[in-house]
Amino acid sequence: MKTGAPNPVHNGNAVALAEIPGLSLEDFREQVLQACENNHGRIAALFGQPAGAGRVRLFAVLANDADGQLTLCSTEVTDRYPALTPACPQAHWFEREIAEQWGVRPEGHPWLKPIRFHHSYREGQDAWNRAADTPIQPGVTDFFKMAGEEVHEVAVGPVHAGIIEPGHFRFQCHGEMVYHLEISLGYQHRGVEHALIGGPNKRTIPYMETLAGDTTIGHVLAHCEAVEALAGCRVPARAQALRAIALELERLANHTGDLGALAGDVGYLPTASFCGRIRGDFLNLTALICGNRFGRGLVRPGGVLFDLDAARQTQLAERLELARQDVTNAVNLLWDAPSVRSRFENAGPISRETALELGLVGVAARASGVERDVRAQFPSGLYRFAQIPVSSYHSGNVFARAHVRWMEIQRSLAFIFDQLTALPVGPVRAEAGPLAAHHAVVSLAEGWRGEICHVALTDAAGKFAYYKIVDPSFHNWMGLALALRDQQISDFPLCNKSFNLSYCGHDL
Amino acid sequence: MLKALLARAHQKHRTIGFPDQPPVLPDRLRGRPQIDAAKCPDGCRVCAEVCPTDAITVDEKGVRLDLGRCLFCPECERACPEGAIRFTPEYRLATSTRDALVPGEKEFQLARALDGKARKLFGRSLKLRQVSAGGCNGCEADVNVLNTVVFDLGRFGIQFVASPRHADGLLITGPVTQNMTSALRQTYEAVPSPKLVIAVGACAIAGGPYVGHPEQRNGADGIVPVDLYVPGCPPHPITILDGLLRLLGRLDSTC
Repeated sequence: MKTGAPNPVHNGNAVALAEIPGLSLEDFREQVLQACENNHGRIAALFGQPAGAGRVRLFAVLANDADGQLTLCSTEVTDRYPALTPACPQAHWFEREIAEQWGVRPEGHPWLKPIRFHHSYREGQDAWNRAADTPIQPGVTDFFKMAGEEVHEVAVGPVHAGIIEPGHFRFQCHGEMVYHLEISLGYQHRGVEHALIGGPNKRTIPYMETLAGDTTIGHVLAHCEAVEALAGCRVPARAQALRAIALELERLANHTGDLGALAGDVGYLPTASFCGRIRGDFLNLTALICGNRFGRGLVRPGGVLFDLDAARQTQLAERLELARQDVTNAVNLLWDAPSVRSRFENAGPISRETALELGLVGVAARASGVERDVRAQFPSGLYRFAQIPVSSYHSGNVFARAHVRWMEIQRSLAFIFDQLTALPVGPVRAEAGPLAAHHAVVSLAEGWRGEICHVALTDAAGKFAYYKIVDPSFHNWMGLALALRDQQISDFPLCNKSFNLSYCGHDL
Repeated sequence: MLKALLARAHQKHRTIGFPDQPPVLPDRLRGRPQIDAAKCPDGCRVCAEVCPTDAITVDEKGVRLDLGRCLFCPECERACPEGAIRFTPEYRLATSTRDALVPGEKEFQLARALDGKARKLFGRSLKLRQVSAGGCNGCEADVNVLNTVVFDLGRFGIQFVASPRHADGLLITGPVTQNMTSALRQTYEAVPSPKLVIAVGACAIAGGPYVGHPEQRNGADGIVPVDLYVPGCPPHPITILDGLLRLLGRLDSTC
């Protein structure tokens, strides 16, 4: 293990595990805190891995958006260490995860509660001293409480009123006003990270495709780029183009659906109704490529499994143009309706400072004026050659999150049309061989919600010794909680939809 | 207002003709898989070995595929050296029993319609409470899409409601995580009898990609009684709609 200063690593480049600095706890803390102190640095991932002899190795992946570099560093702890969160709020959720998974207590953490409600993965080590044989009840924790006259608590979920994933929300209200919202998840926890250890094997890809089913392409792409880096595999140019087209189609479908749902939440039915249908048109274009609306079966290590013949390519371009016309027509209605504008502009603000402090990613960050986009700052695959401008807006409210989506829809459309006119020729898949032993790789992809981070560490046999997944929702759930402060409780559905975070991607 | 009216004209009428007309499906759709066991060389187990959820069994009785476990991924079809296994465009997949999803040599038995009293109760008006219990939001998304103008579920008298108290049954997605087991049971109990349960997707039928994980229960069976199984990962919306209509006896039994 190296002890010196951390080396910068690049998105999707493998490094030997021995090259990752093993710092003293003080130096590790210093490294993380310093990186987050200036506004360009942030935590992309922070996680533990059992290191034997009662120890846990903590890894930090620090991202510097300004120069497009990542830093990997690590340290070893036993059962406790001084928490980073008080000085660095971005670490909040990560440290709760470390405590829950490995029974390592971040001392001085102001909000130390489980996030997924499962037993510790280290036998006999529980951050809350719970016995290994007592069942853990989801949503049973020490919730923040407010007291006083006319103060009341509203509890919602896990089963919600619509067709939505399960989660539990506790609002502390004074009249209609929300003082505090606490979000308690874990209902979708199905043990994926744990099951990935020892892979890759035949179950790995289906896990990746269902981490967050609406982000199939985003997650499987991040995974494949990690595997390809470890295998030293060069992906053919045509496959890279098809992957990027699929990733942008995924963004188009989801952003369109979200704009429709936002319209629905303020009672503006024309756009709600049109966009619900147009979202399906985009999904059907993914199905045109690979037979599945969510892109299942398309992306595999080494490339893609389905090619576009000339007729299919023409059909894709023609149908995309029709969808472009329809979505433009449907979404522009929103900006022309004063009632919609008023509702969007007066709900769910997140300041730029808060977005930076929380380490928000994706649409939520960009809507608060934080220019953060993996495609621009840490490009991989086709995005190294074909750029998409970063879409951002300054106001941080529901309107900003809707508007950023609309700008991204236009740019994704233009990007796909560009790619379709100049698709590289050649094969769509290369052989991805065995993975390098004792290596690590950080793989980032800009999914439609934001930054997807996968970190793979291999053992002596080139199998996954550890596989860390950070869905963008992991960074952003706290953003939703803060967006609700001083808001009407009746605006919760609108604010929630403006983030549209993933429960399963968080719960894993 | 005028703009909204002009937009309405631009967006046109978009509700599909299904079930009166056949659905328009992607040509690469992986529908019901077909196995031509006559082509299988002796001792070949390639399809079973690549199947991520062990949905395929090869033994002296032949090759059997469990549609409840199948993720409809392209792996077995691609791996088979003889072209003995292939995905057909057949979208009709829903069954009334778990066993019917493993047809083996027998003919595939699609879901049968509810009988007399239940059909009288639910046939023209079915209110469902959806419970997502560990799914990936894929099935949820393609159930939700039935509410769009394209499928217009309301025209069949089927509606998703906000409370189990208002519901005639549950539509369950996800493998049923340990953390959702209690919530699912309570939701089921809150639905007034008689009630129906519909399991949508490989997860809710058999645990899907997570089959065998200790964090989940390998599907809804065993926690609540299931009346309709709709396989897929996720099933195409038309497959789900076909299953619902079949259950309610709204489809001609010959189709």
